[in-house]
Amino acid sequence: MTAVLELDSVTRVHGTAATEVTALRDVTFRAYAGELVAVMGPSGSGKSTLLTLAGGLDSPTSGLVRVEGTDLGALGQKGRAAMRRTSIGYVFQDFNLIPALTAVENVALPRELDGAGVRAARKAALSALEEVGIGDLAKRFPDEMSGGQQQRVAIARAIVGDRRLILADEPTGALDSETGEDILRLIRARCDAGAAGVLVTHEARHAAWADRVVFLRDGVVVDESGSDRPDALLEPAR
Amino acid sequence: MSVRNALLALLEQGPRYGYQLRAEFEDRTGGTWPLNVGQVYTTLARLERDGFVEGRGADDDGHLVYAVTERGRAEVSAWFSSPVPRTQPPREELAIKLALAVSVPGVDVGAVIQQQRSATMAGLQDYTRLKRRATGNEPHELAWGLVLDSLVFNAEAEIRWLDHCEARLRRAAADPDVRSSSVEPNLSPVESKLSSGGTTSSQDVTR
Repeated sequence: MTAVLELDSVTRVHGTAATEVTALRDVTFRAYAGELVAVMGPSGSGKSTLLTLAGGLDSPTSGLVRVEGTDLGALGQKGRAAMRRTSIGYVFQDFNLIPALTAVENVALPRELDGAGVRAARKAALSALEEVGIGDLAKRFPDEMSGGQQQRVAIARAIVGDRRLILADEPTGALDSETGEDILRLIRARCDAGAAGVLVTHEARHAAWADRVVFLRDGVVVDESGSDRPDALLEPAR
Repeated sequence: MSVRNALLALLEQGPRYGYQLRAEFEDRTGGTWPLNVGQVYTTLARLERDGFVEGRGADDDGHLVYAVTERGRAEVSAWFSSPVPRTQPPREELAIKLALAVSVPGVDVGAVIQQQRSATMAGLQDYTRLKRRATGNEPHELAWGLVLDSLVFNAEAEIRWLDHCEARLRRAAADPDVRSSSVEPNLSPVESKLSSGGTTSSQDVTR
């Protein structure tokens, strides 16, 4: 199995001397193609730091971060930005859509920034919107959509161009329970189709959509829960 | 009590024999609360004795068929129109275990909590996997979906409670009065109880 995301002995220290805070301490972590991994922990446990490092938005104090085999640390700012447009999709709690752009324009943006022609980018964006079930809302602006619909646009933006690593930071935090579940279903489907996903959440019910759940405390991985056994014992016989 | 009422409710659809009732019960609840057919027939015999069902004799294949009586219908209707009583909390092994872990010297409460959290999370992952498949909207599929949701919410509540316990213990450990450990002779310093914070020795999470 291929590891799409690899963190090797990653430590991240913020501040210096007296104000020094270790956000992550010697963490080794993998997300493989086709799996969704949830990272759980209380606030301050380092789960968001882990995600920003994985997304190349921040660099570790020591240790290595590789995405699809490429060492993000060796890339430099520009290279990391290119990586984010082509390999890494980020989904945020508050959607982070650009209000002045329609749904399809928001989704097409990473492709266009990456040098794709307007038409090709739009085509890819439309197909991503179809995949998340809102192809008919392509021309709407973010403020003309519900929270759940906006998050679908954000997911389309994260998967457009066949990016193979999806990083989601509390993606259901602003949504009601049923809508949140729809969003998890979409992320799950993308992982079942071969992407690697990392889901940061403090809600056990959402983490349970993952194949593995990694528990962080004070910047350290303390445990992992993953059951590979498909337990159909409870299911009604049909 | 619930099996008795569930069987009566199923008989509202029309006369049934024991195997049928068991199959229909499990169609709605999966293997969550397994029923053996002996238990079904014993319950039916008791219901008949109390006048809630009546035997209709054997069908062509020799199955003993039962039908609900007027009295039985009234019983079902009373069941649906009253809440399930919340009286004495059931004896909850986990709560008892943690209550003792914090008050008995030498127990690593952090490890007890994390071990349980992992186990409950694994269960929650299993339920969620079943839930992903249970998307139908037919009545019996909905019934099973709701039973699964109940298992999901119960497991979630347990994990939230464990998170809460851990946060409280951390706060207690930071309390200088408790640090000096003069509160209760019986209470070992809470600080030492959260030392490890986890169960795994390795920090490596690769497969």
